[in-house]
Amino acid sequence: MGKGKGDVKLLGAWPSPYAVRVNIALNLKSVDYEFQTENLATGSKSELLIKSNPVHKKIPVLLHGGKPICESLIIVQYIDEVWSDGPSILPSDPYDRAVARFWAAYVDDKFYTAVKGIVVADGEEAKAAAVKVLKDGLVLLEEAFLKSSAGEGKPFFGGDEIGYLDIALGSLLGWLRVTEKSFNVKLFEEATTPRLVSWVDSFCKHPAVKDELPETDKLFEYAQKVVYPRIKAFAAAAAK
Amino acid sequence: MGKGDVKLLGTWPSPFVTRVKIALKLKSVDYEYQEENLGSKSELLIKSNPVYKKIPVLLHGGKPICESLIIVQYIDEAWTDIGSSILPCDPYDRAVARFWAAYVDDKIFPTIRGLGMAKGEEAKAAVVKELKDGLVLLEEALLKSSGKAKPFFGGDEIGYLDIAFGSLLAWFKVMEKYFNVKLLEEATTPRLVSWADSFCKHRAVKDELPDTHKLFELAQNVMFPRWQAAAATN
Repeated sequence: MGKGKGDVKLLGAWPSPYAVRVNIALNLKSVDYEFQTENLATGSKSELLIKSNPVHKKIPVLLHGGKPICESLIIVQYIDEVWSDGPSILPSDPYDRAVARFWAAYVDDKFYTAVKGIVVADGEEAKAAAVKVLKDGLVLLEEAFLKSSAGEGKPFFGGDEIGYLDIALGSLLGWLRVTEKSFNVKLFEEATTPRLVSWVDSFCKHPAVKDELPETDKLFEYAQKVVYPRIKAFAAAAAK
Repeated sequence: MGKGDVKLLGTWPSPFVTRVKIALKLKSVDYEYQEENLGSKSELLIKSNPVYKKIPVLLHGGKPICESLIIVQYIDEAWTDIGSSILPCDPYDRAVARFWAAYVDDKIFPTIRGLGMAKGEEAKAAVVKELKDGLVLLEEALLKSSGKAKPFFGGDEIGYLDIAFGSLLAWFKVMEKYFNVKLLEEATTPRLVSWADSFCKHRAVKDELPDTHKLFELAQNVMFPRWQAAAATN
């Protein structure tokens, strides 16, 4: 069963964790939507994307009744506010909302940079240092999880149900698994992040999530062929 | 009028702190202000914001809230029954306001430092052009949201984007004076010129913006030399 309030269209791409956030949020609210894939590998952008997001020309873009909403976390909040009769994505208490927003912003600030740092790291020592940055970030999130829901025995940052921070962090799991495989490291470990280890399992099995996270092998290939070379080339150009 | 004790950790030059001060004033919240020395941060700051150790931090009933725009949204939600809404009511308008506030943080704010670090006239001119192109986008956004008649992004009253963007105005004035450039101009951004004037005169803003002379002195004597030195070592 799908509920629509006017037509809903998502411009996205399967490898993009930011687009995955929106897929998950729409699924959570049982919203029927049309999905249009943008080809990130070729870099050629559709006219609709350029017209809908002229400032950044990036996916995801949600089109609702033809009106574009851009930036993944802004889109997720929009979905939460429009389809307010579905399960709440943001917590109801203002302080809990501020905490969820803080950690989601932290994920956006730190994780992509940390993953890029691992990709461009030159030599074992540099790689180890870059991996440590990412793992330290996960430990902070483990502590935040313990302080809130996990401390009460709840499976998700959102409590009994997935919420804003689950979506913000969980959308990266495909890429985090690829990082583990590409660089032969463990990011989530029983020794350092036990609660996040079970959280990963619960999150990936959630009905709104399970079909949206990219398959690790497929994403691994895509990373080797397209993304890692692009990150390295960009870093080399910037160094000049 | 407050709901439990409210304390703000900040520094007077910071536009991020200015945002919080304006939001608190808008909601008529009584609060205690603690000026931080960033060279020697208080234990309270480090304890309240262990992840970034940055200001502003709002403490409400002892619980810390960090990141200026997150704090502004918190203030809007915690004092929801007081004064006008900071965020618009309509979800689409909220998404638009959030988009442009994020744009200010990502693209506009960094140009202050960018201009300070630019080496040579050509580099400076490039930063100024990038900044002015961004301001034209915000001019268009103001026209789209407020039409011809309303003075603010928020309509008749200042709102989220007015606060996010307007908090930079004292720094804009300093940059215009120091680099001898015009950033907001009648020729390119006429609506923003009148908006800036109305914003700075607003009752919740006028006592919260840092003194431009004092800010210019700080920029001239401390900030710009510091940024230039940082640029020189790169």
